[in-house]
Amino acid sequence: MDSNLSREQRRAREKVTGQKPMVFPAPVRTEQPDVQGLNIRLEIFEGPLDLLLHLIRTQELDIYDIPIAQVTDQYLGFLEVMKDLNINIAGEFLVMAAQLILIKSRMLLPPDPSEEDDEDFIDPRAELVDRLLEYEKFKNAADLLYERETVELGVHARGWEEFADDEKEIVDVNVFDLVRAFHGIVERYKEKVVIEVDHEPATIEEKMEELRRLVALKREFYFSMFFESRISKFHIVLTFFALLELVRMEEVRLYQKGVFEDIRIKAC
Amino acid sequence: MLEIHNQILSILFASRDPVSIAELQEVFPEREATEIREAMEVLREDFNQMQAAVELRQVAGGFRITTLPEHHETIREYLKNKPSAKLTMAALETLAVVAYKQPITIPEISEIRGVKGSSTIKTLLEKKLIETRGRKKTAGRPMQYATTREFLIHFGLNDLSELPTLKELEEILSQDDDESLEPPEEDQDIDDAS
Repeated sequence: MDSNLSREQRRAREKVTGQKPMVFPAPVRTEQPDVQGLNIRLEIFEGPLDLLLHLIRTQELDIYDIPIAQVTDQYLGFLEVMKDLNINIAGEFLVMAAQLILIKSRMLLPPDPSEEDDEDFIDPRAELVDRLLEYEKFKNAADLLYERETVELGVHARGWEEFADDEKEIVDVNVFDLVRAFHGIVERYKEKVVIEVDHEPATIEEKMEELRRLVALKREFYFSMFFESRISKFHIVLTFFALLELVRMEEVRLYQKGVFEDIRIKAC
Repeated sequence: MLEIHNQILSILFASRDPVSIAELQEVFPEREATEIREAMEVLREDFNQMQAAVELRQVAGGFRITTLPEHHETIREYLKNKPSAKLTMAALETLAVVAYKQPITIPEISEIRGVKGSSTIKTLLEKKLIETRGRKKTAGRPMQYATTREFLIHFGLNDLSELPTLKELEEILSQDDDESLEPPEEDQDIDDAS
């Protein structure tokens, strides 16, 4: 199909995509893989509750008296469209489909004659309605947060973000950052071939002592740099524990200059 | 009294983070907290009356000077970058649930949203908008989550009480949708299933 393209068209596309055409050009569709479609879909509906609420609100249906047959058909129809578009349907959507069908079938059953009056009658839709209303509240709260965020992004504080002064610490490091940084180091060392010859057993106490000396000497250094000299995984882990221990004892402190920045180690 | 106003203002000018009354009290140990608070109020009023470019605001329990939103474009022009990425709807929904129900566990969040959103939780943790807050004393002792000070700063809130209550939200909602939300009063027994 690409052979039909004129040279100009091909060149134009080259410009847009920044890629040279292949010898056997792939069909245009591959430039927009189905995965992208999935993301777009998921952004429209955050989940089955979102989809249901959309069906109810856009058609101005009464949420306290949902025409369940109609809504179920529309819901299933939507899933069909998703299937046709070759989009992976998240499991939650299927669970909701099953629930809708269950409610629909319950609605078809005549009321239990043994029950004397209607007061004991529980609408099969009641639970779903409660969930939808509850969800809608938070969806509204999310809209509110969205508005606030939009306003706040237009407001700048002194020295915030891009104005960041290099000498100042912005972010305190939490355990989550530490573990991620540690994971990064382990991943990096996976690539290196390590030959451990006669590895001397070390203890956390020794490592802590070593760390204390380093801190005293250098005052401050990068978390990642510190691990440069450690070759074996054993030493990385040991050093990590020693570091955690020192933090716990408040001998050193860890901080970053920004989110995702390298973690720095400093004496307390 | 004038002196302390100027001193506080200089601190606010120099500080990157919101400055709390408690922090100011450390600087002025001889002053009462109420005295500092009053000075801050006077300062805020005077300051905001005089300025057209910046304002003194109360954010995340502290005070800070920020630019007015109308100068947004100008500042962006100077910074020569795009505005920071906004949060996704999934992230905002999750944040809303956490903000109103904290401390809350992941299964409880999923229950309300009707979707599993562990990657969203991860993103929010990375952005430091939520943090872990102890474990729930139920089977499995699941981790609980709560919003952070970063959350307040990100949304320009002084504290969580500045968010409308869920009930108020519901009222806003029913106003938006006219009477369509009112429970049906007359036709009680409609057979929709047929």
